[in-house]
Amino acid sequence: MNRFEYIKAPSIAEAIDMMDSTVPEAMVTKTDGSAKVVKAAGTDLLDLIKEGILEPGRVIDLKSIPGLDKLSYDKKEGLQFGPMVTIADLENSPEVKKHYRALYEAAAHAATPQIRNMATMGGNLMQRPRCWYFRSSGHHCRKKGGTTCFAQIGQNQFHSIFMTNVCPCVHPSSLATALLAYDGQVELTGPEGRRVIPLSEFFTPSEVDVTCENVATNQDIITNIMLPPVQEGTRAFYIKQGQRESYDWSMGDVAVVLQMDGNKCRDARIVFGAAAPIPLRREAAEEVLKGKAINEKLVMQAAKKAVEGATPLAHNGYKVPLFQTLLKRAVMGAVG
Amino acid sequence: MANPNKKKIVLPVAPDTKAHAPVKHLYSKKVKLPYGVPGHGLTEMEREVSIDEPPALPINDELNVIGKRTRRVDAIYKVTGAAKYSADIQLPGMLYGKFLRSPHPHARIKSLDVSAARRYPGVHAVHVLSMEPGGSVERESGHDAPAETYNIDQLPLLRYVGQPIAAVAAESQYIANEAAKLIKVEYETKPFVLELDKARRKGAPIVFEKMVKDEGNEGDVGVEAAEEQEGNLRGPSTGSFLGGPRGDVEKGFAEADFVVEGEFRTQVQTHCALETHGVVADWKPDMLTVYASTQNTAGVRDDLSELFDLPKSKVRVITEYMGGGFGAKFGAGHFGVMATELSRKTGRPVKLMLDREEEHLSAGNRPNSHQMLKIGVKNDGKLTAIDLTSYGTAGVGLGAGVGRVAQDLYECPNFRQAQYDVFTHAGPGAAFRAPGNVQGIFSLEQLIDQAAERLGMDPVKYRDIIDKHEVRKLQRAKGAEVFGWKYKKPGSDPGPIKRGFGMAQGHWTRFINLNSSATVRINKDGSVEVMSSVQDIGTGTKTILAQVVAEELGLMAEDITVKIGDTIYPDGPGSGGSVTAGSITPAVRNAAYKAKMELLGQVAGAWDVAIDSLEVKNGEVYSKTDSSKKLSFGEATKKMRTNQILATASRPDDYGGFEIGNGIGYGRLGSVQFAEVLVDTETGFIKVERVVAAHSCGRPLNPMQVESQINGGVIMGIGYALYEDRILDLNTGHMVNANLDQYKLPYSREIPKIEPVIIEHYGAFSSTDASGIGEPANVPTAGAIANAVYNAIGVRLYELPMSPQKVLAALGVS
Repeated sequence: MNRFEYIKAPSIAEAIDMMDSTVPEAMVTKTDGSAKVVKAAGTDLLDLIKEGILEPGRVIDLKSIPGLDKLSYDKKEGLQFGPMVTIADLENSPEVKKHYRALYEAAAHAATPQIRNMATMGGNLMQRPRCWYFRSSGHHCRKKGGTTCFAQIGQNQFHSIFMTNVCPCVHPSSLATALLAYDGQVELTGPEGRRVIPLSEFFTPSEVDVTCENVATNQDIITNIMLPPVQEGTRAFYIKQGQRESYDWSMGDVAVVLQMDGNKCRDARIVFGAAAPIPLRREAAEEVLKGKAINEKLVMQAAKKAVEGATPLAHNGYKVPLFQTLLKRAVMGAVG
Repeated sequence: MANPNKKKIVLPVAPDTKAHAPVKHLYSKKVKLPYGVPGHGLTEMEREVSIDEPPALPINDELNVIGKRTRRVDAIYKVTGAAKYSADIQLPGMLYGKFLRSPHPHARIKSLDVSAARRYPGVHAVHVLSMEPGGSVERESGHDAPAETYNIDQLPLLRYVGQPIAAVAAESQYIANEAAKLIKVEYETKPFVLELDKARRKGAPIVFEKMVKDEGNEGDVGVEAAEEQEGNLRGPSTGSFLGGPRGDVEKGFAEADFVVEGEFRTQVQTHCALETHGVVADWKPDMLTVYASTQNTAGVRDDLSELFDLPKSKVRVITEYMGGGFGAKFGAGHFGVMATELSRKTGRPVKLMLDREEEHLSAGNRPNSHQMLKIGVKNDGKLTAIDLTSYGTAGVGLGAGVGRVAQDLYECPNFRQAQYDVFTHAGPGAAFRAPGNVQGIFSLEQLIDQAAERLGMDPVKYRDIIDKHEVRKLQRAKGAEVFGWKYKKPGSDPGPIKRGFGMAQGHWTRFINLNSSATVRINKDGSVEVMSSVQDIGTGTKTILAQVVAEELGLMAEDITVKIGDTIYPDGPGSGGSVTAGSITPAVRNAAYKAKMELLGQVAGAWDVAIDSLEVKNGEVYSKTDSSKKLSFGEATKKMRTNQILATASRPDDYGGFEIGNGIGYGRLGSVQFAEVLVDTETGFIKVERVVAAHSCGRPLNPMQVESQINGGVIMGIGYALYEDRILDLNTGHMVNANLDQYKLPYSREIPKIEPVIIEHYGAFSSTDASGIGEPANVPTAGAIANAVYNAIGVRLYELPMSPQKVLAALGVS
């Protein structure tokens, strides 16, 4: 761990003023030890620093900024929460549990109770992948500006089965799987002010830029996360499968949000986590369900559609049947 | 010269295999001791023992302290944080050490420049290691001894990622960590091999060009030392201390009505004790003092004394509290040698604790295995032949055998084995909780279940036919009763999530370390101390010593002050091989008995009564014949002529002698475990719901602690069965999951309901008749889970860990 300057930011504006790098930039282009980056809880950022793969010059703490930990729900406005809302806050919110079941399940199955108490939702969306080559200071991989992907030719049992040709790391946020299924949005604040970005446009595929996972720029801070209101017929479910039930990273997770008219599916959003470098919408599978009465046979068709085009690596072929099972169970769980 | 990493377990691997001769005593007496299992035909066994031995101890029911559920004497210190572990030691002027380790699996050091590290502000010394750091050493390599200076042309070859090269000592851990990175090394990298199968092939990169020294096997204790070494292949071992091949295997198979066979693979499991390896070394002109996280204080002292050419009287090793050890914490270790060198150079104490990554890479592991096992069976169930071939790699170390269970668990007239070690460019193996037997049981118990199925027999009943061990028979019966065992047809549940029941058994040899001594001191104020260098590695040794002394002196466990884990006291055993309870408690009881007799003699003198009319019980010393003669223990000690009574005793031979040479006792520590699992056939996920673990450890001294050990053994077995796996990147030789994030141990939700069943089993072996439990508790678990998984899904898994990937593959889903 290198020495760095630590500053508690008094306000968003001042934090933006004090920062000059995203974490990805600090790891690839601004590696001279001068990068100024922001931290939320630090559950991931400090790991990166301790692993010796991030050496910032300044760490600006956002926890000192008042008002970023508010959560509110309104029948018409939907759910809104600040970036400093913790995973435990989501898990413990009666509104989240009542109206956003998939999000609640994702929160309740993330990490450990101790980490959930600390880790913030802003940080959760901004965290870096857990690929063990990316995390190893001994492997200068593409994501860190190198030319080799060690995972493609090495140990890839927990890696992507989609979008594998540049960097098959998986996006580490299982909460993002649920947020995207609810068609969430994030508000980014930068020097030019605020802008709202749908989550469907927030994450960056590795084909577009392998060194980062989202569109936030060097002076952007997440200031709000919004989910649309749920409707009468909204049915949602989320399943995470790890090797362990206790603390573990996802081998695969699936969030589904269905709009139901009785037994008939009016609209569907299906998202896979730990399947690709970004949380992955499965539109083709959604199409199978839309306008039809949900039954197991139909869901199996959707599951099959959902894994079409998968390009599993040497050691993660098991994920293809796993995702089909998880999708089937998530849809049946939502309507059941 | 000793290699500090070699003495993993100081176990008496018997040189004399015919030492059945009874022990002779100049003055002996005959004592009748409890023998067998209470409630199941308990009898008495008459033994001729030394006149110095205390009277026979009755069964636990008739005792006050021994055999009672007793809270740990140091529990309060542990839960309040008052207990200081090696990592907590702070000494005035103490420096912090940090290693530089090899980033390459196979390389020669071309040049090395420590000047920038040495100049870094706050750095006091840099030391370059001249010795091979653990594992095996080529003969006459000159890499088996520490040296104050180094010659660049004679540095050891680097043979695995994580091999220590040099270390710095600095004023803070932060400075040490930064400075270690400034050591500049130029490497000439060489081809390497990591995989068991590839390392055996012709033309594979060679790990050791020359024959390596064989100072005993580290991983699998007691596998017969093999002398052949060709390429990366060492062996075969064709026998063990329990004997060599027997009968005629070909004839046996010819006589068989059918054969069950299989090819099994087990993974590398790394040591994950909560406290990492490490020491604080304090080199002073008159004494080297080392605070070590070790399973053997006396062994560390002996190593350092030999390596640094110091008299044993000038080396003191202290382990007051220990954060866990499962076989890898013996000897000084490369960190112990390094900290001592750095302390000698700087004249200051140096703390050198490994971090978690270093722990995974360099501090030992359970070697993997590839086992080909074949068993011939008659239609009446009897076994006619067992043939075992195994390969395993302990990386740059030896000891990758698969134990003695195929040889010894079941009756079979014809047995043959060939166990091979394979060298690879990976971190050294080390002893690991029942080394060898844990690997071996995974294959043996699955094939025995296959035989039972072929015979159409219940696996529990089938084992009654082929297993003549009386205690295991009881364990099967009691375990099955508690479990509610009922045979279920494999794969018979409808639906994707299937329930399965399975069982497996195992054994562990009853080892005794005769180098086990203790002193008991009674003070005039009535306080009592027991002292030995034996360490409490978290198993509760302190508490059982207090119980034994308390029982003998008519006191309670909390009345006894236990001073152990310090080599200023009489030598105790190393805590490995499950020897501790069986080795040290007879010495402690005998010392307490001697001290008691001295005290009673003095009190009898003061009262002018016969010594044999006195008794000590319930905190009182009294005359059995004269009720006016009665004092509390504290009052009675005031009658002592001197301020202290001291008595020292050592572990005598087993009553009735040893089975094979000194230290290998008669009888095996049997164990039988039952597992209930749920297998999700669509995700491959296995959930262990329940384990019933039936065990015996001679006389259970403290059932609460025995249960705790059983719980730990089962949990570790679940980790081995389902989660733990050292994953090496085959292109770079790095371990990719060298942390506790992606090296997966069982956490709270992975731990099922565990129901220990303890069989109180008296063998009339010693004055306490206690035996160990640590290792037996770990042996059958993976086998029981594997059999339960088969019972659930009707498909057998031949490879560990049984991850979702492997389950789905076995089911043909992926």
